[in-house]
Amino acid sequence: MSTNGARRLDVAAIRNDFPIFETGIVYLDSANTSQRPRQVTGAMLDYFEHFNSNIHRAAYHIAEVATERYEGTREKVRAFINAASTKEVIYTRGTTEAINLVAYAWGRKNVRAGELIVLTILDHHSNIVPWQILAAANGARIEYVDIDEKGELRQDQFHELLKRSPRLVAFSQVSNALGTINPAREMVAAAKAAGATVLVDGAQGAPHQGVDVRALGCDFYAFSGHKMLGPTGAGVLYGRRELLEAMDPFQSGGDMIKTVRIEGTTYHDLPWKFEAGTQAIGEVIGLGAAVDYLSGLGMEAVRAHEREITEYAYEALSDIEGLTLYGPPPSRRAGVISFSLEGIHPHDLATIADRDQVCLRAGHHCAMPLMTRLGVAATARASFYVYTQKDEVDRLVGSIKEAQRIFK
Amino acid sequence: MSSGTAADDQFYREYILDHYKNPRNYGRLEHPDISHEEDNPLCGDVVGMDFRVNDGVIEDVRFHGRGCAISQASASLLTERLKGLALDEAKKIDKNDVLGELGIQISPARIKCALLSLKVLKVGAYGLADDEDEE
Repeated sequence: MSTNGARRLDVAAIRNDFPIFETGIVYLDSANTSQRPRQVTGAMLDYFEHFNSNIHRAAYHIAEVATERYEGTREKVRAFINAASTKEVIYTRGTTEAINLVAYAWGRKNVRAGELIVLTILDHHSNIVPWQILAAANGARIEYVDIDEKGELRQDQFHELLKRSPRLVAFSQVSNALGTINPAREMVAAAKAAGATVLVDGAQGAPHQGVDVRALGCDFYAFSGHKMLGPTGAGVLYGRRELLEAMDPFQSGGDMIKTVRIEGTTYHDLPWKFEAGTQAIGEVIGLGAAVDYLSGLGMEAVRAHEREITEYAYEALSDIEGLTLYGPPPSRRAGVISFSLEGIHPHDLATIADRDQVCLRAGHHCAMPLMTRLGVAATARASFYVYTQKDEVDRLVGSIKEAQRIFK
Repeated sequence: MSSGTAADDQFYREYILDHYKNPRNYGRLEHPDISHEEDNPLCGDVVGMDFRVNDGVIEDVRFHGRGCAISQASASLLTERLKGLALDEAKKIDKNDVLGELGIQISPARIKCALLSLKVLKVGAYGLADDEDEE
């Protein structure tokens, strides 16, 4: 973590680490998946080309190296999120699998009929559907915290729901669709005080701001490697040790056991109890390189850069006639801007932008309850990261004006 | 932008934009013989069609809906073709006919937009055929 908040990112130097920009694309979809620097693909390639082997099993040298890199990433991730122990860092395929793990392995045992689960209207489908399935299986109820006209969670309503002693509170640290930064620390504290177990969906949080799970105080924290410069297929579930210890396994089979006998099986210790089968070893190693890369930049500098770009983009888009912006002002949002254009469907805009090599997301952003709440079927969304430059925002503005010219 | 002309020429051709902005046969029919609606939840496109069928011929057709230019222009173009066509002939209209009529390269991501109206026709037309068989 950076100790110097004033440090600025050297974006030109950063961009040199990302070969994809040599294609000339303007990539404004990092909230969907980020690009990956050479350091990440290089670390993965090194594994595949020089010590490809399975971990935890073999007694030969390259397998030892693979195991060391795989487990070494766990310490990097632990430090990155300030978990107390590497035992609390479980590898998953991504945020979705991490939340499903909790819904299955914790939820089925701990959430009972008639109990309340509190979610929010801002949540991604991956933090809604697993709980809906759990609620249907266990007879629990779900309530959703609404947003105000700025796209921020209604804290008054949240506190009313907490009075009903929910068993679980799960919410996203940052909205993927609106960019709203939720007051996670305050919300976790209030939910814990109300006796709830708390899961924070950090898919849009961990890549963009420093995370300290102990300061946050949550029980579970989930995030994906591929949104933070890492590869797809490697993500993380953080869980408080005592909760993880008490949970049954999620998936079962090889590597998650201590002994298997015909009479029964004893499970492996944390964290391996939750890592059944051969893991995505190369991807996890890539995730370790991504953590190194971000730590090298400093998360304060990352956040400062995103804020600067977001403010610039917000202002530029505000000036366009017929453009509606959704969500809070730039000071209270991450590097995500959702908007719509009068008379132009987001998909048409995205197609026109694509002609200019501008990669823009159009759709419901896996947040259909939120889209329904906003009264729109879809929005266009631009999202930014460490490599985004102001002239790329200008290119987006150019595409928008071109679309308006074509559709006028 | 510099490649704007490409967008004009290839994708958002004038007649597609015209069908989008001035859709033909737009609206509803009173007491239609067939009425069917489909949506594409991914992007929120909706297309519905009402048909008046007499003696196996589509006498009149109207469509309604909302969505992107491709889905709405495709529906508008299809209604023009359907008016006066025998239902049996209408059933033969396939994906290639619809895409050919649009006359543009449709990317895989947009193909569902382009074919939404055809889906409405297919499900709607076969629905009526089933009813007739029962009679």
